[in-house]
Amino acid sequence: MSESNPYLGRAQRFVGLLKHCQVLGMQVKEASQDSLTIELPYNEQHVGNPSTGVIHGGVLTTLMDTACGTMVINALPEFELCPTLDLRVDYVRAAEPKKSIFAFAEAYRVSRHVVFTRCTVHQGDVNEPVANCVGTFMRIGSHLSPPDFKNAVLGDDAATGAGE
Amino acid sequence: MSNFEALLQAAHEGGDYKPVVNAIPYAQLIGIDFERFGNDVILKLPDNPSNIGNPILPAVHGGVVGGFMEMSAALHLLMMLDTPAMPKIVDFSLDYLRAVRGGRDTFAECQVIRQGSRVANVIINAWQTKREEAVATARAHFLLAP
Repeated sequence: MSESNPYLGRAQRFVGLLKHCQVLGMQVKEASQDSLTIELPYNEQHVGNPSTGVIHGGVLTTLMDTACGTMVINALPEFELCPTLDLRVDYVRAAEPKKSIFAFAEAYRVSRHVVFTRCTVHQGDVNEPVANCVGTFMRIGSHLSPPDFKNAVLGDDAATGAGE
Repeated sequence: MSNFEALLQAAHEGGDYKPVVNAIPYAQLIGIDFERFGNDVILKLPDNPSNIGNPILPAVHGGVVGGFMEMSAALHLLMMLDTPAMPKIVDFSLDYLRAVRGGRDTFAECQVIRQGSRVANVIINAWQTKREEAVATARAHFLLAP
């Protein structure tokens, strides 16, 4: 059975396979071929500055790396596991404690060897960002991507050939 | 002064920063440790199954590597500059050079390239088995004054 939105299913399964994303509590909310949104609820364990209760930049970095990396999966015609080449992040304002953060990611260019992504972290209004990031990912080719991992991410799509 | 700032003040006076690191929830979540060698400090991210991203290799999640390096730079600044509060990160640029393998500890050392009155520029190198074979390298700016 093919899902109504294969991109959302694929993104949720991919993030579900990444142990640390589960430890943090990330949830994929929306996904298409062009963009996706991941929510991360506030958690006291994520605090980096005990004086203010503000979550650590590393939590944002992990959220943005995950959002961009998941976006890469949905932007490519075939499943490819692409390692991150680099991430460049601007922390524009402190995240407000006790509120969820959302990462909105897009892949703005897919070339033969590299996928270029960008991501904005916000707390409900994308025009009031907490952080902005661009990240590049190296394409290693679908033949080098582990088949077990591929099948686990594609789910039913792998059997039906949907999304290829 | 908050409890944390009081801890920080005590660490600046006594030279023991372990209570400061123990008071930072995110440092405890990923498991940061450090060792001082005179004026040098090496930060350590011990092997921890809950830090894994890619389960196939397995590899430490790239974001955790970034978080470890950001935290390393902030702690380095705390220890070296006796800042009264946690330095605030402004921007961060991270290059991934090699897979950061699960089942191994990861280490980082930092160098303050330029310190002004309000902002510091820090580079961070991370490695696993050999210091010369960096797994990631990064550069960050921090605001020093609250």
